[in-house]
Amino acid sequence: MDERIQPVADENARAPVIEPGYSFGTVTDKISSIVLTRPTSNGWFFGFGVAFLLTMMLLYAIGYLFVRGIGIWGVTIPIGWGFAIVNFVWWIGIGHAGTLISAILLLLRQSWRNSINRFAEAMTLFAVASAGIFPLIHVGRPWLAYWLFPYPNTMRVWPQFRSPLIWDVFAVSTYATISLLFWFIGLIPDLATLRDRADSRALQIIYGILAMGWRGSARHWHRYETAYLLLAGLATPLVLSVHTVVSFDFAIGIVPGWHTTIFPPYFVAGAIYSGFAMVLMLAIPIRKIFQLEDFITERHLQNSAKVMLATGLIVAYGYIVEGFMGWYSGNRYDAFTIWNRLHGPYAFFYYMLLLCNIVIPQVLWIPKLRSSPVWLFLVSGVVLVGMWLERFIIVVVSLHRDFLTSSWGMYYPTRWDWMTYIGTIGMFLAAMFLFVRVLPMISIFEMRTLLPEAEVKE
Amino acid sequence: MKMEEQNGKSRREDVCPSKKDKLDAALDLETARARIAATKGPEYWRSLEELAGSAEFQEMVHREFPKGASEWVDSVSRRGFLKLMGASMALAGMTACTKQPLEPIVPYVRQPEEVVPGRPLFFATAFTLSGYASPILVESHLYRPTKIEGNDRHPASLGGTDIFAQASILGLYDPDRSQTITYLGDVRTWGMFQEAIRGPLSVQKGLQGGGIRILTPTISSPTLADQLSSLLKIYPQAKWHVYEPINRDNVYEGAKMAFGQPLEARYDFEKADVIVSLDADFLYAGFPGSTRYIRDFAKRRNPDSGNMSRLYVVESTMSSTGAKADHRLPLRAVDVETLVRVLPVVEMMNSNPPGLNGEQQVFAADIWRDLQGHHASSAVIAGDHQPAVVHALAHELNQALGNVGKTVFYTDPIDANPVNQAESLKDLVADMRGGKVDILIILGGNPAYDAPVDFGFADALKNTNIPLRVHLGLYQNETAELCQWHINEAHYLEAWGDARAYDGTVSIIQPLIAPLYNGKSAYELIALLAGQVDASGHDLVQSYWKKQHSGADFDVFWRKSLHDGWIEGTTFAPKQVALKTAGLSPHPATNANALEINFRRDPTVHDGQFSNNGWLQELPKPMTKLTWDNPVLIGPAMAARMGLKTEDVVELELNGNKVTAPVWIQAGHPDNSVTVFLGYGRRRAGRAGTGAGFDMYPLRSSATPWFAGGLKITKVGGTYKLASTQGYQTMDTPNGATRPLVRETTLEEYRKEPNFAKEEEPPKELTLYKPYPYEKEPYAWGMAIDLNACVGCNNCIVACQSENNIPVVGKEQVVIGRHMHWLRVDAYYQGDRDNPKAYFQPVPCMQCENAPCEVVCPVGATVHSTEGLNDMTYNRCVGTRYCSNNCPYKVRRFNFLLFQDWETPQYKMMRNPDVTVRSRGVMEKCTYCVQRISEHRIDSEREDRKIQDGELQTACQQSCPANAIIFGNINDPNSRVSKLKAGARNYSLLADLNTRPRTTYLAEIRNPNPELKG
Repeated sequence: MDERIQPVADENARAPVIEPGYSFGTVTDKISSIVLTRPTSNGWFFGFGVAFLLTMMLLYAIGYLFVRGIGIWGVTIPIGWGFAIVNFVWWIGIGHAGTLISAILLLLRQSWRNSINRFAEAMTLFAVASAGIFPLIHVGRPWLAYWLFPYPNTMRVWPQFRSPLIWDVFAVSTYATISLLFWFIGLIPDLATLRDRADSRALQIIYGILAMGWRGSARHWHRYETAYLLLAGLATPLVLSVHTVVSFDFAIGIVPGWHTTIFPPYFVAGAIYSGFAMVLMLAIPIRKIFQLEDFITERHLQNSAKVMLATGLIVAYGYIVEGFMGWYSGNRYDAFTIWNRLHGPYAFFYYMLLLCNIVIPQVLWIPKLRSSPVWLFLVSGVVLVGMWLERFIIVVVSLHRDFLTSSWGMYYPTRWDWMTYIGTIGMFLAAMFLFVRVLPMISIFEMRTLLPEAEVKE
Repeated sequence: MKMEEQNGKSRREDVCPSKKDKLDAALDLETARARIAATKGPEYWRSLEELAGSAEFQEMVHREFPKGASEWVDSVSRRGFLKLMGASMALAGMTACTKQPLEPIVPYVRQPEEVVPGRPLFFATAFTLSGYASPILVESHLYRPTKIEGNDRHPASLGGTDIFAQASILGLYDPDRSQTITYLGDVRTWGMFQEAIRGPLSVQKGLQGGGIRILTPTISSPTLADQLSSLLKIYPQAKWHVYEPINRDNVYEGAKMAFGQPLEARYDFEKADVIVSLDADFLYAGFPGSTRYIRDFAKRRNPDSGNMSRLYVVESTMSSTGAKADHRLPLRAVDVETLVRVLPVVEMMNSNPPGLNGEQQVFAADIWRDLQGHHASSAVIAGDHQPAVVHALAHELNQALGNVGKTVFYTDPIDANPVNQAESLKDLVADMRGGKVDILIILGGNPAYDAPVDFGFADALKNTNIPLRVHLGLYQNETAELCQWHINEAHYLEAWGDARAYDGTVSIIQPLIAPLYNGKSAYELIALLAGQVDASGHDLVQSYWKKQHSGADFDVFWRKSLHDGWIEGTTFAPKQVALKTAGLSPHPATNANALEINFRRDPTVHDGQFSNNGWLQELPKPMTKLTWDNPVLIGPAMAARMGLKTEDVVELELNGNKVTAPVWIQAGHPDNSVTVFLGYGRRRAGRAGTGAGFDMYPLRSSATPWFAGGLKITKVGGTYKLASTQGYQTMDTPNGATRPLVRETTLEEYRKEPNFAKEEEPPKELTLYKPYPYEKEPYAWGMAIDLNACVGCNNCIVACQSENNIPVVGKEQVVIGRHMHWLRVDAYYQGDRDNPKAYFQPVPCMQCENAPCEVVCPVGATVHSTEGLNDMTYNRCVGTRYCSNNCPYKVRRFNFLLFQDWETPQYKMMRNPDVTVRSRGVMEKCTYCVQRISEHRIDSEREDRKIQDGELQTACQQSCPANAIIFGNINDPNSRVSKLKAGARNYSLLADLNTRPRTTYLAEIRNPNPELKG
């Protein structure tokens, strides 16, 4: 069935992916005006200002970290990884939604994705950038972090390819590259639109350079479609592989609570879960502020909520299996790890995790709540907190009590941990603010394909 | 400590050298300089800071150049400028024209004999604690002492050491040591002191020395004792007082009670089948002879030998000796006397003796029955803090059991002046207050801090206006503060001397290095008092021994004594003693309900003299694993009754004196009793010791130096953070399971099932990566740790710290869990919390063949050697800490901050040049002392042979008095380690993880009395 006709016509069934009454021209006007003609509001300046200050705080925290050393954080022996890795995994997970929406849904011909893929991809990029900071700064000697990359050198030393951290380096850097390319290629036709519509010479030049000479010829479109599809094909396995590899950081380890085969699927599901939560957290205020309810409709919210519900249940299944295996394996260390999650000093966070990731999101079964922006916004926030807690439980709570009771310890994050974490949120938001201001946050030309006019008649 | 250093550093930066130059350059700075000179040592920098705030200084900084130099800017001509420039340059050049001294120097054309750069030399000498010598060998790299090892030729060491001796190397290089002679805080010279003391001494000549008082710690040195007695001949009215807070008054009084003369008991635990310790912590450093005792005791703890000994311990606080006991009874210190008194008659008693409950009575009966069955092969040993009467009773028991001459020997005390030290100090204080003292010489020690509170020594020293008070000491401590003169003492590694080991054997203390700060030894000071101006320590010691060994072969004798580290024929022969039956005081009634407080020497800082030793401060105390503090230890039952939790702050009140301190709940501590460790709460110790812990001396009076009843304890609210290095002190996890970390059983069970500790190990092929054929290599290093022999003495930790340049991190970092010890000794408590079984488990790196750390390192910084070592490449490490996360034994240590002190010059001299000094951000861990392996490999290859078994010892193994750590080549089936690993008791820790550790353990076997039920 072709969805592109349905939304406009069928009002009784599902909400449309684009509200009726738009033409090619009005769609283009509406989206490009946000960048080109709409005055920058005080709200934007305020929001960007706050995010920018938080970014500066991040730089300060990192600067001090470089001067003093990793000891300013709460990491210790036995908890060698703390907030840095928790945040890394969290951000990488969030970064999964973009590629999933752009690539997999494209291949699956889920055209509703057209209105949210652009900023989901942007969000992915910024999330991956936020994530990418952590592995680099969390090492003891960050100025040598480049040793993790295989590069020809006079020492004739290579990285140690058995280490999951090396796999991580490849997985994350590939993912970042593909995401960037995918996003940029998708932007080219729209950049050309902006170039053509820009009033000032400066903007014309900037957008012109970025548009790389796009003239919209049939050959351009042909090449574009091919490249886009190829990249989608390349990106699709990455959606699954990146978080699988990230999960190997733990699954390859010997630590009880890490050493489990369910991690790859469970991590991927969790990543998509948190990714969609972040998409909703961003989409809901954006559509409100920029009056884009016609383009990002209830249908999008509903669909995202359904994806969250599904992945959330996979995550719940992961928890159940972890618990079951802890008991079923008969391994005293695994059994204790489960016990420790439920009764140990960090039990509160485990119960919070269950509440945030499993219990509360079940309200999405209710159609009314599923289509309510306010509820969705709240639930998404809860899921993001829950997914952060999940990584905290996996990283910290597994490490703090492992094999030898003599070496048990506690982890307390310091203010530097918090400053770095909140700082990356600030950096992420600052980038998002800039993005919505200078680039079309919704793909103009892909939106146009959703219109009835775009329907190619025999 | 780290923090303080940081502060200190930043303070020092305020007066960087360039500014100091400017300071000198200013024209009117004579006053400033005078002001600096007028301040005392520790205030030096502070006053410069003050100076920096002064107007003159501000102006000087502002000017940048001396007056006149900055005038020309305004209106000087070009010619004037050139003139000035020329003059400045000429003057600048002149500073280089220092006249060379005329002394000839010898170029290093021909290598001095035996000195090869990179190859250490070892010199025998001795470390003394309370007069008792620990015979040691000191490793010297190009004449810099770097490491202490036990003297394997000396009967008191046999290669083992104790923690205090091990850590004393840090004391030598302590930057906080007193560095000059001072008079009222001002810097003086030795010559000035000689000058200053000449007058008063000549006055005393006339008075026959009636105003001279010399206060020393316990002295066993024959030379010094001889010097003192000849000094007393010159000044017949002078008095020699002795005081040390951790003294053996009770031992000597007990001997006097039993034998009529002060004697010392020596034990042969190798011959003892049944040992009964009455509150004697004889397996821990600080107990005279402990190093040898541990060796002898451990020898008899081999369950495969067929004659394993049995240890009963009755003790008033949990100690490592108690942890090794086959039967342990926690008992208030005051009740120990009751128990000893009833011992011979306990079986005939129908009712409970007063003070003992049924269980304790049964315990006593069991001891007695077991002792009866081991005539002439048992030993009863009383602790130094038990009253004299308990010692006398122990002597009686040993006599009755026929042990004397078999397992127990009596000798003369090694103390050259075995007076009652409390009495001695009391007399001195009385004289001070009576105005009879004109010259007070305090030779070491710190009585202003550690004297009994009722003497008010510090007050007497401060307020009695003794005209001349001289303190000789390593530190400007609390006592130095109250004396006009302070002579900076030479460290024992800097000065000549001699001392007796616990068995009387004399060791010559030979210096390893010229005094770093021109310190003086007690020998030299006493010589000065005796009129021998500028007598050198060497001549003093040598001339004494010339008198003892007058013969043509003196040079041979001297060289041999120095070389071996002991003088032949000086061991005290056992004395024939006769027991005085009468004379024991009747048993005073004890109050069963009185709350008792025990004063104990601290396991790591002793009486406070090691307060500023970072290694000892950070050394986990054997039973609590605490560092940097001395909380009040209370038993679990009492804590529950009082609603106290660990770290709650309480107030202790004894006879009106109050001390506030936190609480630590100590499993196995007797009920109705608390223990406090002395030696903390120092006001003037140095950067490490000042302010650490709580001063318990204010509760300690001369009447009750070791324990007292009538303590009041109240909770005052609030908590205090304590820094323990061990996360969880039992193998029982909170979910009710028990982890098989230390495997143990009884001798009986072991004989029935010798393989009890073995578990099925995963097959060798069970790995993703191809196993390396280690068996084809010439060497495969491995280690076996005998848990039965280990007594938890902590020696290995300090030895490792010294050998491997391991930093001290400070309390704040230990609280977080960032202590750096490569080797730790885990202590686990099992069973009844009121009287648990306790186990020690030293954990170095396991050097796993399938090392989980190696596969996860992204840069290959930790890799395996062909000999099976898990090597760390510090240079390559970027610090992801993944290896530590993946280490199931958690033996890896990470430099979270720059923990090493890279600035202090003294520490640079101290470090082992064969071991990298690690920087920030790098992982480190036990290497099996790879530097020692390399050294021996090079030697053996040069000689075209293999490394012999036993020739190569790791630092931990070398220092272990119990021989519990055995290292060697497991590819050699005849090596000791191979044989041990082939034994039934051998097991791998967490073997089911398929890590295939090279370090394995020999399970612990206890030897409880089979007749004893429960």
